Amino acid sequence: MSDVIDEYVKTEYAAGFVTDIESETLAPGLNEDAIRFISAKKNEPEWLLEWRLQAYKKFLEMDEPEWAHLKYPKINLDEVSFYSAPKSIDDAPKSLDEVDPELIETYNKLGIPLHEQEILAGVAVDVVFDSVSVATTFKEKLAEAGVIFCPISEAVHSHPEIIQKYLGSVVPQQDNYFAALNSAVFSDGSFVYIPKGVRCPMELSTYFRINEAKTGQFERTLIIADEGSHVSYLEGCTAPMRDENQLHAAVVELVALGDAEIKYSTVQNWYPGDEDGNGGIYNFVTKRGVCHTNAKISWTQVETGSAITWKYPSVVLRGDNSVGEFYSVALTRNYQQADTGTKMIHLGKNTKSTIISKGISAGKSQNAYRGLVRMSPRADGARNYTQCDSLLIGDRCGAHTFPYIESKHPSAIVEHEATTSKVSDDQLFLCLQRGIDVEKAVSMIVNGFCKEVFKELPMEFAVEAGKLLEVSLEGSVG
Amino acid sequence: MLKINNLHAKVEDKNILKGLSLEVKPGEVHAIMGPNGSGKSTLGYVLSGREGYEATDGTATLNDKDLFDMEADERAKSGLFLAFQYPVEIPGVSNMEFLKASVDAVREYQQKEPLDAVAFMKLAREKCQEVNLDQAFLKRGVNEGFSGGEKKRNEIMQMMLLEPEVCILDETDSGLDIDALQVVADGVNACRDPKRSFIIVTHYQRLLDYIVPDYVHVLSDGKIVKSGGKELALELEEKGYGWIDQL
Repeated sequence: MSDVIDEYVKTEYAAGFVTDIESETLAPGLNEDAIRFISAKKNEPEWLLEWRLQAYKKFLEMDEPEWAHLKYPKINLDEVSFYSAPKSIDDAPKSLDEVDPELIETYNKLGIPLHEQEILAGVAVDVVFDSVSVATTFKEKLAEAGVIFCPISEAVHSHPEIIQKYLGSVVPQQDNYFAALNSAVFSDGSFVYIPKGVRCPMELSTYFRINEAKTGQFERTLIIADEGSHVSYLEGCTAPMRDENQLHAAVVELVALGDAEIKYSTVQNWYPGDEDGNGGIYNFVTKRGVCHTNAKISWTQVETGSAITWKYPSVVLRGDNSVGEFYSVALTRNYQQADTGTKMIHLGKNTKSTIISKGISAGKSQNAYRGLVRMSPRADGARNYTQCDSLLIGDRCGAHTFPYIESKHPSAIVEHEATTSKVSDDQLFLCLQRGIDVEKAVSMIVNGFCKEVFKELPMEFAVEAGKLLEVSLEGSVG
Repeated sequence: MLKINNLHAKVEDKNILKGLSLEVKPGEVHAIMGPNGSGKSTLGYVLSGREGYEATDGTATLNDKDLFDMEADERAKSGLFLAFQYPVEIPGVSNMEFLKASVDAVREYQQKEPLDAVAFMKLAREKCQEVNLDQAFLKRGVNEGFSGGEKKRNEIMQMMLLEPEVCILDETDSGLDIDALQVVADGVNACRDPKRSFIIVTHYQRLLDYIVPDYVHVLSDGKIVKSGGKELALELEEKGYGWIDQL
C-alpha cells in the first residue's frame, strides 16, 4: 500500500520542489519546503498545499501569545520535527512487558482491558481483531445513515467540495499563532458530516480511530452537522497515551447549520510531566463552533493531562435562537498549568449561552479560567449564565479567574457567579471520622464538586471521568 | 472498653487537656459537662484523631488498642463514633453515596460482606424513618441546605447505620428545639445496648432529661474535677459552673 502511495507521490513530486521525500522523518524546523514535504507525503491536491502555504505566510507575521497565565520556556520551532511517519513495527515495544510499568499500573487502575492496553501503549500487535471488527460494523451502520466519518486526509480526496467550503471557515488561518501553525502543518484528524435531518445512530468516538491514523501533534478536526441533524462526538480517552511529541497544537471546527445540534465531549489525559515538573505535553488548542439559526453546540471537557493547557472551546452564536454551552472540569497538580475557558459570541437574537467551569488545583499547580461573553449590538434578548468555581487542595497551588464581559446591547442579560473554596479540613475530617480513607474522601469531595459537569458527559464517559479524577488525585493530599 | 489515663493534649501550642482520666465500660452512658473552654470538644477531637489536636501525654485505648497508634479513619472503623456539634456540608456528594462509602469501609474493616445496593437502600430508608428524616434526604448533598435539626438527625442516623461501640456526642443539643431534641434523644436511646457506650458532651443539663446518664463528670481546665450520678447534673444546673471553681 505504502509503495503505491510513494509511487504516486513521486509522480506529483516531479512537478518541482526539492525536499527529499524518500526519508520518513523530516529534519527539524519549519519552512516552505517542510510544508511541501508534508503535503506531498499526504498526496494532497494543489489547493490544499496553497492553503497551507498561505497559512504559513500569515504565521510568519505572528507572535506567540503571552497573555495567558502560563510560564514556560519559549518553544523553539527549529527543534520541532513537523512530520514523522508512523513508527515502524521494529521500534515498538514487543509486548506489555517492555512498557513502562507505571503506565501499566495506571491502565489497571482505570480498568482498561489488556488488548486495549496494548493499543494504547503502542505495542506491535499484529492486528487487534476485536477493535477492527467493531470498527467495521460501526462503519456499516454509519454508512446506512449517510454519515461520513473518516480521517480528514481521506476526506480531502473523497469530499473535497465540503472540505474546501468549510476548512478554516470557523477558525481562520490567522486566528491565532497556534491556529496558523496548525493550518500550515496539520497532520491529520477527523472529518464528520451528518446529512440533513439525520440523527447520528451512535456516539462518534476517536477511540475507534486509534489504529487507523496516528494523528499526532497537529490534529485537525472538522465536523459539519447539516440542517436538523444531531451528533455526539467523543474525543480522547481516559488512559494516558504514549506520545513523544511535546508540542501539540490542534484545531477543531464545528459547524451546526439550522436546527442542528453538536455535542462535543473531550477527555484529555496526556502526559503531564513528572512530579518535579519535567517534561509533559504543551497543549495549545483552538476549538470553535458556529451555530446557525436554532442550532446548538455544547462543549464538555475534562482536562487532567498536559504540562500546559491553553484551550478555549468557543461558540459563535450567529443564528437567532441558537444555544451555546460550555461545561468544563480542569484538574491540575504537581507543576501543571492550565489557562482554559471559553468564548461565547452572541450575534443573533435571543441567543443563549451557559458556562459552567470547575477548576481544581492541587500541588504547586496553577489553574486559570479565562472566558469572554460578548453581546453584539443586534443580539436582542441574548442571555448568558456563567458559573465558575475553583477548588483548592493544599496551600501551594493557585486558582485564577479572568472573566471578560462585553455587552453592546441594552437588553442583554449576563450573569456571572464565581466561588473559590478549599477542600476543608472539616469536610475531610467528617469523612475520616466515618471510616472513609483520605484518598477516597478527597476523590468523593472533588467528584461532588464536578457533578454538574459530569452529568453532561455521555454515561460511560462520566464513569470513566470520575475514575480518572480519582487516579489523578492519588497522592495529592498528605 | 474505652480507657483514658492522664491524657494531656494541645491545640496549636495551647495546652487544653491537662491530665484527664476516664473509664467507660460497655453499656454505660457518661455525661461530661463543663463551662465553655474547659476542653469538652477537644476531648472528642483528640480521641477521634482530628488533625491539629495532639495528645502530648497519657494514653487512650479502645478495647485495649492504642487509639493514638491509629489513623483517624481506622479509629472510626474500630468503633469510635463522633457526632459533630456543627456537621459540615459536602456539596454535590449525595448523602446516600456518602453513607454507602462509610458503611462499606467499616464493614470491610470488620471483614463483613459488603452490602449490595438494594440491601443498603432498604437499611438506609429504615434508619431515616427511625430519626424521622424524609427519605428525600438520602438524595441530597451531605448536609447541604439541611436545617440545624436535620443535620443532627442525620448524624444520629449515621450512628445507627454504623453501629459503633463508643459514641461521643459533642453538644448534640446545641441549636435544637424541644421537638428535635426529643427525636435525637429517642434515636440515641434506641441505640442503647449493653455492648455500646456513650459519652454525652454538653453544656446544659437539659439533654440529660432525655438521655439519662449513669455518670456525670464535670470538666474544668482540662481535668475532671468532680464525678457523680445523674443528680450531679441537677446540682450543677442549680448552682452554676461558678460552684465548681469553689470546690
